[in-house]
Amino acid sequence: MLSSYPILSTLIWLPIIGGLLVLFAGRNNASAAKWLSLATVMLTFVLSLPLWFGFDTTTASMQFVEKVEWIPSFNIYYHLGVDGLSMPLVLLTTFTQVLVVASAWDVIKERVEQYMGAFLIMGGMMTGVFVALDSILFYVFWEALLIPMFIVIGKWGGPRRVYATLKFFLYTFFGSVFMLVSFLYMFYQSGSFSILDMHTMHLGMTAQTLIFLAFLIAFAVKIPMFPVHTWLPDAHVEAPTAGSVVLAAIMLKMGGYGFVRFSLPITPDASMALDWLVIGLSLIAIVYIGVIALVQNDMKKLVAYSSISHMGFVTLGMFVLYDILQNTGTLQGAQLGMEGAMVQMVSHGFISGAMFLAIGVLYDRMHTREISAYSGVVNKMPWFVMFAVLFAMANVGLPGTSGFVGEFMVILSSFKANLWYGTIAALTLIIGAAYTLWMVKRVFFGPITNENVENLQDLNKREFAIMATLAVAVVALGVYPGPLMEVMHTSVENLLIQATTSKL
Amino acid sequence: MNFVIPAFAPAIPEMVLLAMASFILVADTFWSKRYQFATYYAVQATLLVVAYFIMTSFATSQVITFDGSFVRDSFADILKLFIILVSLGIFLFSKEYLLQQKFFSGEYFVLGLFGVLGMFVMVSAHNFITLYLGLEIMSLSMYAMIALRRDSSDAIESAMKYFVLGALATGILLYGFSMIYGATGSITLPEIAKIIDSGKADSVVLSFGVVFIVIGLAFKLGAVPFHMWMPDVYHGAPTAVTLYLGTAPKIAGFAILYRLLAEGMPGLVGDWQTLIIILSILSMIVSAFVAIVQENLKRMLAYSGIGHVGFLLLGILAANPDGYASAMFYSIVYAITGVAGFGMIIALSRTGNEFDKIADFKGLNARNPWLAFMMLIVMFSMAGIPPFIGFFAKVVVIEEVVKAGFTWIAIIAVITAVISAFYYLRVVKAMYFDKTEDETPLAPVSSQLNWAVSLVSIALLVLGLMPSSLIELSYQSIGIQ
Repeated sequence: MLSSYPILSTLIWLPIIGGLLVLFAGRNNASAAKWLSLATVMLTFVLSLPLWFGFDTTTASMQFVEKVEWIPSFNIYYHLGVDGLSMPLVLLTTFTQVLVVASAWDVIKERVEQYMGAFLIMGGMMTGVFVALDSILFYVFWEALLIPMFIVIGKWGGPRRVYATLKFFLYTFFGSVFMLVSFLYMFYQSGSFSILDMHTMHLGMTAQTLIFLAFLIAFAVKIPMFPVHTWLPDAHVEAPTAGSVVLAAIMLKMGGYGFVRFSLPITPDASMALDWLVIGLSLIAIVYIGVIALVQNDMKKLVAYSSISHMGFVTLGMFVLYDILQNTGTLQGAQLGMEGAMVQMVSHGFISGAMFLAIGVLYDRMHTREISAYSGVVNKMPWFVMFAVLFAMANVGLPGTSGFVGEFMVILSSFKANLWYGTIAALTLIIGAAYTLWMVKRVFFGPITNENVENLQDLNKREFAIMATLAVAVVALGVYPGPLMEVMHTSVENLLIQATTSKL
Repeated sequence: MNFVIPAFAPAIPEMVLLAMASFILVADTFWSKRYQFATYYAVQATLLVVAYFIMTSFATSQVITFDGSFVRDSFADILKLFIILVSLGIFLFSKEYLLQQKFFSGEYFVLGLFGVLGMFVMVSAHNFITLYLGLEIMSLSMYAMIALRRDSSDAIESAMKYFVLGALATGILLYGFSMIYGATGSITLPEIAKIIDSGKADSVVLSFGVVFIVIGLAFKLGAVPFHMWMPDVYHGAPTAVTLYLGTAPKIAGFAILYRLLAEGMPGLVGDWQTLIIILSILSMIVSAFVAIVQENLKRMLAYSGIGHVGFLLLGILAANPDGYASAMFYSIVYAITGVAGFGMIIALSRTGNEFDKIADFKGLNARNPWLAFMMLIVMFSMAGIPPFIGFFAKVVVIEEVVKAGFTWIAIIAVITAVISAFYYLRVVKAMYFDKTEDETPLAPVSSQLNWAVSLVSIALLVLGLMPSSLIELSYQSIGIQ
């Protein structure tokens, strides 16, 4: 069987060890560092594919499980496993890693080995976050990956990088410590740090409410949700391209993943009682942040705000389930919303990654991200603009792209919950179209007004390959999302049952 | 009345230490002219020999000797072994530092060895007199060590400050002892515990005694509001002495805290727990904020040390064996991390430049990427970020606080951890993101120092990945699990 060797451990430790090797081997040899990194991420990606093909879609229990004692006196285990909720995110991580290495190929000139090494180590830790089934192990990965990200933004970022990276680190650290206290409290109550045990333990309403709020702070900062989103535009704008890609494509997903892995199953009653809070913040994010995106002059900032707005769909789709249950008495509609949220996470991973890479392509040539510095790029870079417009359309949610699937499912299910939720969420189709297409118009079309644009070169082979891969992913997921939904179906069903079973 | 000859065997490590320290003290005057390093090697060899004695006769049960004034148990043995381990590191770093700063002298090592003896006696103390004796042997050695650099007015000032305040603290501690003695009529810890439990002692006098003892200990440990001496002394002392002050004594300090409060006065937990809570919270908060504005790394580490004491006290305030075990684990981790932190300053310092300002670390990544990476590990470990051992130290004490029902204190603790992350990040920022202002190339780091500092730093990572043995050691030695 495929599960006979520790596939998840391989996916965590291969990039980390590879990253350390790159750090040492590549000190004075940039090309060795690059090729070693590429080999590592390719190998990791290939090794992650058995997860997809060997996955049993009929069960909601954990698969590819590894469990070894780690700290026996505290009942802490090195416990890994994936289900339908985490498996797609693991693949998204390994896939994004390949793009990250490829995107930095000619761009990073200074200390290449540290840059690549940091990203490889981060990659392994991100996989660790998605597959950890012990809360302390989860927390270790969750926190540890702040370190390489801190270095990456602070070292290779833009002019205000130090401010941005400190803000990023302290915001996320602040959010997560409350989660840690919750874990410790639950360990004190149940004697186990296992996430699966936490799913079944009993908790009183006060404890649930406090734990729910602690989780909310941790995950809301990471997603990020209004009003703790302010670190994201700063971090995105200052981060190097690959840093933005990893932030948007994967790190933000950790917050969403946290809700489905921790908040909903561990504190179902508190989630039900406080779902209005999350829904309210999500709707504010969708509309208000969307409007803010409209007035941005910096392309990266615009996409960063658009990310926050799109992540609002994820949280909305996750938390409408209680209203739907109340209105219709069944979980059918809630299933739609939850799956929509999960699809939206994967799809947003592709789209936001692609958008940031596209901006990176322009930035590498012109060294500015000001929208006003560009005009008429299509005349000089037709291939690039073809891809960029496709990604922009996917960002808007055009049918046939992956952006459509998730948003549509979430909007549909929120109509079932409450007419107003649906209406407000649907507004994004207008706002999203407005800010995205307006940027497309200003940057890509129109007359060439700037002599630098006159000298632009179209995509080289490397960039073309990156863009084409992402384009295929976006369209494939948009046209045929069936397999992805099938993978998560059973797990989502199970999650909904957990989320609606009272623990009082 | 017969005089019973006490069992000497349990105290062999202390006796060896005493004999060797006295011998080396005398011998040093003769051989230091011809063989510069003889004292250094003799001291290191003594430590190894003592470690060997402890390991071969490792205490599996409690042995009390010298008429109840001296105790040997696995708790003491484990702490002594760690004191030796840390001291070996300290002396290794110090040797290079003293050479470099051109005031190499055998006295440093001899005094250091006497200090270790003092710590041993503290760890094994079973009545007030032994405890006081150990504390004073250690403190007197440290006063002298700070003043070793006679040409530095900063060092002399530090020594004076430390001496005056240390003497005051000792006085307060002794006053507390005398009150407890007055109330209970005993100076032996378990007997005091028994008399307190029986309820025969005057509770007002006992309460006063506890307050004075806790204040005296807080002075020695440097807990807020009795911390004022720490930044000045850490800053003014030569780095090698700061390294000594800031590491091994903390283990011994934890030990006397445990002996006095947990073994001697468990019945008065209602009195001292509140005091410890106040000390702990104040230490964490004050250190988190004040450390942010420090420009000198030694000063910053002093404030960070105050914060660590606050965290260590978290384990004590839980007032149960698990809690003490977590504090023990914390003190060991803290001492090891301290060796790495101050060791890094020593490794980078050179004649005429102590390399103790945060600005000195600017651009270190470009100048020496390996040491910058090691320093990054140390800083993140101190900040309590996984996967380094500092994280588990914090998790374990906070877990015990939550278990004891003080979740609100746990929340204060984690918030201060976030605030203090900022000043550790400042050092990382200086190393990785800033450009150096000092164009003179770094002095080559001696390979011995390079190895030593790398070894300690990497140990922080390895222990962080595999913390279970160290945690278990602490928990087993306090006698549960």
